[in-house]
Order: sequence, then structure tokens, then C-alpha cells
Amino acid sequence: MIEAHDLTKDYGDKRAVDGLSFSVRPGIVTGFLGPNGSGKSTTMRLILELDAPTRGEVTVNGKHYREHAAPLHEVGALLEARSVHTGRSAYNHLLALAQTHGIPRRRVEELIDLVGLHDVARKRAGQFSLGMGQRLGIASALLGDPSTVMLDEPVNGLDPEGIRWMRNLLKGLAAEGRTVFVSSHLMSEMALTADHLVVIGRGRKIADTSTKEFLSQASGNVVRVRSPQAAELERLIAGPNVTVTVLQPGLLEVHGLTSAQIGDAAAAGGVALHELTPKEASLEEAFMDLTREDVEFKAAELEDEEAAA
Amino acid sequence: MSAHAHVSQLPRTAHTGRVTQARVALSEWTKLHSLRSTRWSLLVGFLLTIALPVLFAAVTSSHWGSMSPHERADRHPLDIALAGVNLSQLAIAVLGVLVITGEYSTGMIRASFTAVPRRLPVLWAKTAVFGSVAFLLMVPPVLIAFFASQAILSRHHILQISFSHPGVARSVIGGAVYLMLVGIFALGIGAIVRNTAGGIAAFAGIFFVIPPLMNVLPTSWNNAISQYLPSEAGRQVFSLTHGDHSLSPWPGTALFVGYCALALAIAAVLLVRRDT
Ligand SMILES: Nc1ncnc2c1ncn2[C@@H]1O[C@H](COP(=O)(O)OP(=O)(O)OP(=O)(O)O)[C@@H](O)[C@H]1O
Ligand SMILES: [Mg+2]
Repeated sequence: MIEAHDLTKDYGDKRAVDGLSFSVRPGIVTGFLGPNGSGKSTTMRLILELDAPTRGEVTVNGKHYREHAAPLHEVGALLEARSVHTGRSAYNHLLALAQTHGIPRRRVEELIDLVGLHDVARKRAGQFSLGMGQRLGIASALLGDPSTVMLDEPVNGLDPEGIRWMRNLLKGLAAEGRTVFVSSHLMSEMALTADHLVVIGRGRKIADTSTKEFLSQASGNVVRVRSPQAAELERLIAGPNVTVTVLQPGLLEVHGLTSAQIGDAAAAGGVALHELTPKEASLEEAFMDLTREDVEFKAAELEDEEAAA
Repeated sequence: MSAHAHVSQLPRTAHTGRVTQARVALSEWTKLHSLRSTRWSLLVGFLLTIALPVLFAAVTSSHWGSMSPHERADRHPLDIALAGVNLSQLAIAVLGVLVITGEYSTGMIRASFTAVPRRLPVLWAKTAVFGSVAFLLMVPPVLIAFFASQAILSRHHILQISFSHPGVARSVIGGAVYLMLVGIFALGIGAIVRNTAGGIAAFAGIFFVIPPLMNVLPTSWNNAISQYLPSEAGRQVFSLTHGDHSLSPWPGTALFVGYCALALAIAAVLLVRRDT
């Protein structure tokens, strides 16, 4: 369980996290979503108290992270930036972390096997590829058998097999009743893994909703139509739930109808079509729209307030 | 995705150990000995501590016949035996800085502070572990340096001094004490500066640049101030004789310990306050 209240962090003039309040519940995978620079990694560092908040607070299992007697049993974290001494072997890295909590060597070996680093465990971590480094980071996160697992872009650098493994691992950890908090800037990845989403943009919370709900809002039919009689077609398909955007003369983007409906309408009206392309309901775009709208909305709101004042 | 319930492959563990100072010290011991840079720096320190006295003893022996009485009077057996300390302190200091700055440059510090979020146990453990290792590893070379240089000089029946002569044992072991304290001081500087190059530069400034600069001051000022510099106060523990303008061994050492404590105290305050 992670609970953030009015969490705010300034780096000089730059506000990286802005009044963020949310809670991450156990038993499900919670995705932490936001475009680059939106403050995901900063929030995670604040949770671990590696950085101190400018305002607000965050607790893990009811306490500040620093207050826990055995922090690695509370939270296992994979940070965005590499957190391994390049001159030390993977085995000794994990052993040194384990020893701070009196975790036995056997556990270190178990985790090295789990993440598939057995053959390179005695090699210096500086020679590891991106994916191997990521696996080492995951091993250190799971070392203490933590009740909360917090991973910053865990699939970064993993191959397709590794990505699937990660997805199953996260779901399995959640099914065991743990709190799982995973950041990503890839909506499509989160759609497959997360049960709940916390979405941020420019350090502020934009959405805090179940993935199912988020997707139903986001999806909608979008079809690209090219026709020499575009204006004619536009009249034919007009309807209450249909929006038509003219991209170029002769090129339309239609929301609210399937390609079959558009094709049928065109045939009935005798309109020639040169292209009829259903676009994948783009989660990324929906996500971008959402974050963009938020920023514009906030700006407009401010102007209104100023005007009223 | 499969229909059956998900179970993570992560084996559970019943273990729920808490963080203790002793456990953090064990962890720091693992960190220290598992790095190549540690082994190299300590080996270099070990060898320099022995090699330089052996070389000086050999050169002094071969030139003794052609030396003026004045030159001969200037030679002291303990200066020869502990000449290596002046050089090996660099290796120890660089390692002391690296023990902490190496974690910042690689990002390891984030892992360390995630495991030990109270942070201070890490600083105390690093100091204790590195200080102990530096001392224990530097005792043999100062002893070897003393007896080897004496053996070389004894073949020419010159500059003999007994280990049981008052102050000799203290000075010889004092060489190792000094090296340990230099390492701890450097570690404190490293923890304040958090950057390898900056830490080494700061150490070199305090130990090698400021002392000669004191010669620019009027002699009376120089005499009054210099003895309180860390390098001057620190070296009294391995000096057999003490001039009018230097502290005696134990006050000097106490002052140097004070400098180490000050560096660590500043480091401790900054450590808990700063973002990583
Ligand atoms: N230590 C720091 N000093 C100064 N600015 C920082 C620091 N850390 C983060 N920032 C700034 O705060 C903002 C948020 O950064 P953060 O890394 O948290 O974003 P993010 O959501 O993790 O992005 P990404 O998806 O690229 O990983 C950025 O504008 C970044 O430049
Ligand atoms: Mg990030």
C-alpha cells in the first residue's frame, strides 16, 4: 500500500511533481503512466525518500519509508537510473544488499536463477547489457520478498521473451496479494498488464481509474477515407455521433463509423473511394490527447481565474 | 494470457531481518573487498611503504663513506624506515575518497540508501570497515620497512636504533595509525564532495598545497599556525623527534582525530539532508 498526499517536488525553478495525491492498493497491478518528464521517476524517488519532497508526504504500508525497520521487506524497487557499482559482480552486489538485512546467501542465489543471470553472476556488472542490467535490478528489487514492488520502466531493454516474463511476474506478484506499482510511458504495455492506472502529466494527476474504464473512454472508431468526392461523402455519412475531420482536400478522418458502414454508404451514394483504412484504436494517441487536454485545460482555467480576479 | 491463476515464480522467504549497524558493516566489508580498485590501492600502499625505506637505506649505505659529517647528522633511521608512509598515504587517501564517491559515480548509492534509508549507518560502517582494513593492512609493511631498512643499514654498522628504544615502537606503529586516519579523513572529504576528482583534489589541497603555502607567511605566523594543520598534526604520531614548533605525538594525533571527526560530522549532516 502506497499513499501519497499532496506530494510536490521542486528542483530549483522546475516543479517536477505537483500536488500529487493517490493510493496504490495491494492485490492488483497499478500502472503509473505519463509522458517523458512528467515526474514518474521523481515520484518513485520520493516514495523511497531518496529525494525529500518540497511539500506533502508519502507513506508505504502506513509509515515513511525511512521509518521501517526492514525496508527491503516492505518495498522492492527498480529505479530508472542504474544503481549498481560497475566494478562489482552481480553476485556480490546482491550479497551486499542482502547482508544489510541479514538475508541469507541462498536467497541471493535463488534470485540470480530466477532472473536468469546464473551464467554471468560472477562478471562485473559494468559489462552487462541493458537487459542484463535490468534483470539484475529486478533481482535486487525482489531480494527481500517485499510486500510492495515498485518498478520504474521495467521492460526497458528487455527482449520480447523478457517482456512476457515480466508481465507474468507482475501479475503473479499482484495475485499473491502484493502491491505492484509500475511506471511506463507506453500505454499499450500498461493496457496488457495493469488493472488500475494513475496517469500524470507535468507532475499533476490527470486520471486515476481502472484500466478497463480508461480504455473504453479512449477507444473509438477512426477510419481514414480518401475520395475524389470527399464533400459528397461527408454529406452521406453525416450523423449525430459522427465527426469528420478534413486532413487534406480529398482525405478525411471519420470518427464514429466502421469502415464497412462508410464503404456501404459510399456505394449507395455512388461515391468513389480511393482509400478506406480503419485505424487501430490508438491508445498512445488517446493517452497523448488526454495529457495534452489536461495541460490546456489547466492553462485556460488559470486565465479564467485571473480574468475573474 | 493463460486462464489459470497467476503465481509468481518468486520463492517466498520467511526471513524478515531488520537493518542493524553490524549487518550494514558486514555489507560494507563485502562491498570493499569485492572491488578491484580496493585490492590495487591497498597493494600499492603496502608495497610503497616497504619499497621506499629499502631504497633509501640502500642508497644511504652506499653513499655513507662520501657523506660530510653534517649530512650524516641529518640522517635519522626512523625517517628512513617510515619514508614510505609519505608516499603510500596517497594510495590510501585515494581509496578513502573512492569508497564513497565510487557509489555516487556509479549510482550504487541509490541502492545502498534504499536498503538503509536512514543513511548514517552506511557512513559509520564504511568508516569503521575501511579504517580497520587500512590499519590492519598497513601494520605489516611499517614493521617490515623498519626491520628491513635496519638490516640493510646494519651491514654498514650505521644508523642503528632498537625497536625497544623509547618512542620507536610508537612511531613505527604510528605510521599505520597515520595511514588509517588519512584514509578516514579522505573518506569524510569524499562524502562531502561526492565526486572522485573533486575529493582527491580537496584532499591534495589540504595535505600538499596548503602546508608549503604557509612558508609565504612571516616565520612567526608560520611557526604558530603550521603545527595545527591536519597534515602536520597527523604526522607527529610517526615522528620520533619533535621540534619546538610542532605538537607532541598524542596531542597531535588527538587533533588529527578531531579533524577526521569534523569531516565525518559535516558529511553526516549533508548525507541525511541532501537528495541523492
Ligand atoms: N535531480 C533533478 N534535478 C533537476 N531536475 C530534475 C531532477 N530529476 C528530475 N528533474 C526534472 O523533473 C521532471 C520530471 O522528471 P522525471 O525523471 O521524474 O520524469 P519521468 O516521468 O520519469 O520521465 P521519463 O518517462 O522520461 O522517465 C523533468 O523535467 C526533469 O528534467
Ligand atoms: Mg522516468
